[in-house]
Amino acid sequence: MDLAFNQAELDFRDEVRAFLRDKLPADMRRRVHLGDHSHFREDIPRWQKILNERGWGAPAWPVEFGGPDWSKTQQFIFEIECALADAPAQLAFGVKMVAPVLMRFGSPEQQQYFLPRILAAEDWWCQGYSEPGSGSDLASLKTKAELDGDHYVVNGQKVWNTLGQFADWIFCLVRTDSSGKPQRGISFLLIDMKTPGISVRPTRLLDGSYEVNEIWFDNVRVPVANRVGDENAGWTYAKYLLGHERTNIAGIGACQRELRRLKQMAAGIERDGRPLLEEAVFATRIVEVELELKALEITNLRVIFAEAQNHAPGPEASILKIRGTEIMQRITELQVEALGARALIAESPGRDLGEDLPRAVEAYLNQRKLTIFGGSNEIQRNIIAQMILQL
Amino acid sequence: MDFSFNDEQQMLLDTTQRFLASAYGFEQRHKLLESEAGWSREIWSQLAELGLLAVDIPEVDGGIGAGPVGVMLVAQATGHGLLLEPFLSSAIIATDAIVRCGSDAQRARWLPALASGERIAVLAHEEAQSGIAIDTITTRATRSGEGWILSGAKSVVYHAPMADMLLVTARDDQGIGLFAVPGDTQGLTRHPLRTVDGQRAADIELENVEVGADARLGADVTAALAEVIDNGIAALCADAFGALERILKATIEYSRSRKQFGVPIGSFQALQHRMADMLIQLEQARSMVYLATSHCRDADPVARRAAVSGAKVLIGKAARFIGQQAVQLHGGMGMTDELDVSHCFKRLLAFELRFGSTDAHLADCRQRLRAA
Repeated sequence: MDLAFNQAELDFRDEVRAFLRDKLPADMRRRVHLGDHSHFREDIPRWQKILNERGWGAPAWPVEFGGPDWSKTQQFIFEIECALADAPAQLAFGVKMVAPVLMRFGSPEQQQYFLPRILAAEDWWCQGYSEPGSGSDLASLKTKAELDGDHYVVNGQKVWNTLGQFADWIFCLVRTDSSGKPQRGISFLLIDMKTPGISVRPTRLLDGSYEVNEIWFDNVRVPVANRVGDENAGWTYAKYLLGHERTNIAGIGACQRELRRLKQMAAGIERDGRPLLEEAVFATRIVEVELELKALEITNLRVIFAEAQNHAPGPEASILKIRGTEIMQRITELQVEALGARALIAESPGRDLGEDLPRAVEAYLNQRKLTIFGGSNEIQRNIIAQMILQL
Repeated sequence: MDFSFNDEQQMLLDTTQRFLASAYGFEQRHKLLESEAGWSREIWSQLAELGLLAVDIPEVDGGIGAGPVGVMLVAQATGHGLLLEPFLSSAIIATDAIVRCGSDAQRARWLPALASGERIAVLAHEEAQSGIAIDTITTRATRSGEGWILSGAKSVVYHAPMADMLLVTARDDQGIGLFAVPGDTQGLTRHPLRTVDGQRAADIELENVEVGADARLGADVTAALAEVIDNGIAALCADAFGALERILKATIEYSRSRKQFGVPIGSFQALQHRMADMLIQLEQARSMVYLATSHCRDADPVARRAAVSGAKVLIGKAARFIGQQAVQLHGGMGMTDELDVSHCFKRLLAFELRFGSTDAHLADCRQRLRAA
């Protein structure tokens, strides 16, 4: 047993750090640091292109599709270093979500067309899963796709679509059969967002951001060639997608970055005449979350190690998801508490309010999503109960 | 980064588990618990025969030198078995104190007898007012000719009643001294007590206890003692983890077999989610056992204390949560003396309070908090 990274892993970390120092544009880094999403549309593809030039555009992809042939440990290190350096997060929908499905179940034509474009940030992907009546019970989805010659005609509504306002393509779960078990009548379609009949309506969130949308499909014609795999087998592909790329689901790097920021805030903020970092109750709360994060980092490495030994990613990822999201939410709470009543300033035009206003409170509000999306934490507990505890 | 165990470590674990599975079942343990002595010399001899009392003795001193990982695995198994014999007290903590502080002659005199199980030693350090600071003890050592006179009191010294020798800490002009005091020394009184977790311990009074010059191990042992205690806490964390694994497993099994409203209570989501949370805390505790084990022998006290105290905090919280929920989920049966659950629960309570409470270690971690 050895918890430390070996020399090769440390060398790799240095290589990643050097790359980030040299190649991560300062303006982009600054925006990520400030939680400024105003340039999302440009920054995300721009960073993806920089990564791709270095051959690092898709850390988890196999070499045959243009991946860098990294171990899970290297991917873990990469994710942490990128987060600590304030690099933009890669857009998951293409690289981490639809791509693995295409590699496993897509046609050669789909693979050859889409995968290089994902790598080079030529297409922006988004996801069409949830519907007004179908959240945790996703298999009850109703968006319908009816065959008409060599096209499907799609009608229905998707919700909680993230950043679809910038998207070129959406991968969708649609109903192609209503006769049997709900899971058996779902297909997985790739839909060009420019197709007539698609409308995108933003949903304003509690932090004031527009990052999710409703997407309406009104007689949208989708070539059958854009179906992944078999008709009515989409549920299998969706489950495969959910089980994939969960190595970094805990978000250790982002938690470490925000914890670092929390400590710096607490050191710089005076409360009743002394730094908050020296105030016993607040400092204790920081220590508690820091310990949970340290433990989760090791738990995450244990899951990675187990995966490398033999088995596919298992239900242990649910542990990482639950604890990682709880820790991040806790850190954002403490950042707000550190600021006290000043955290309440939502805006004050024309003034420089410093780095944390209103960033901290926006993050706190926005990060409430973490325990809801990607399979709510309650669903994750169901998974643990059924798959690990066998109840 | 490697979470595997080598063959030697795996063998230690298997050996300990196999022995305890056969010799230390619930009924067998219960008999010992109810017996006058509260432990079994026969079990102790068998542990010695298996080499387990020599795991923390370096090879140069005739031991196995299994290292922290080996110690962790054995302690995990003894914790799982709710062992009443003084494995942690004698074979880990007192042994380590002699290894670190003893002269060649002292090591040669005592270590073989401890490894063979012939003799038992315990560290008598904590006092009623002790937190986690080493140097707040009030027991005094004063010069008397070539030797020393010890006066003071030690509190809840686990396994002191069965110890042949007490390693007493006492302050003198040089700092903290460590003195080997035979159990039958004039002026030393052991007030025997049974602890809540069924172990035997003693409050100790030292009234002008005279010991010779050769009784002292080392000079000022403040730094070494801190290492001994951190090494001991790491092993104690592993012991607690073993009990945590047992109590959670028992709870899951109980929830599968216990039926109410015509179905197993484990089918209820409220209980499933509780057990999922218990599992998460268990896995986080396991990670912290690994962290403490990895750093418990760091010479750098900052890194060592951070890992060990951090582990004590997180595992202490897990012990509180998992222990309480295990009793709760067992319903009335959790209140009885008849199942594993209450015995594990009390073992975990002892873990929380020994060698500095969860809060004491949390405060210690807070002292090290820096912005960067």
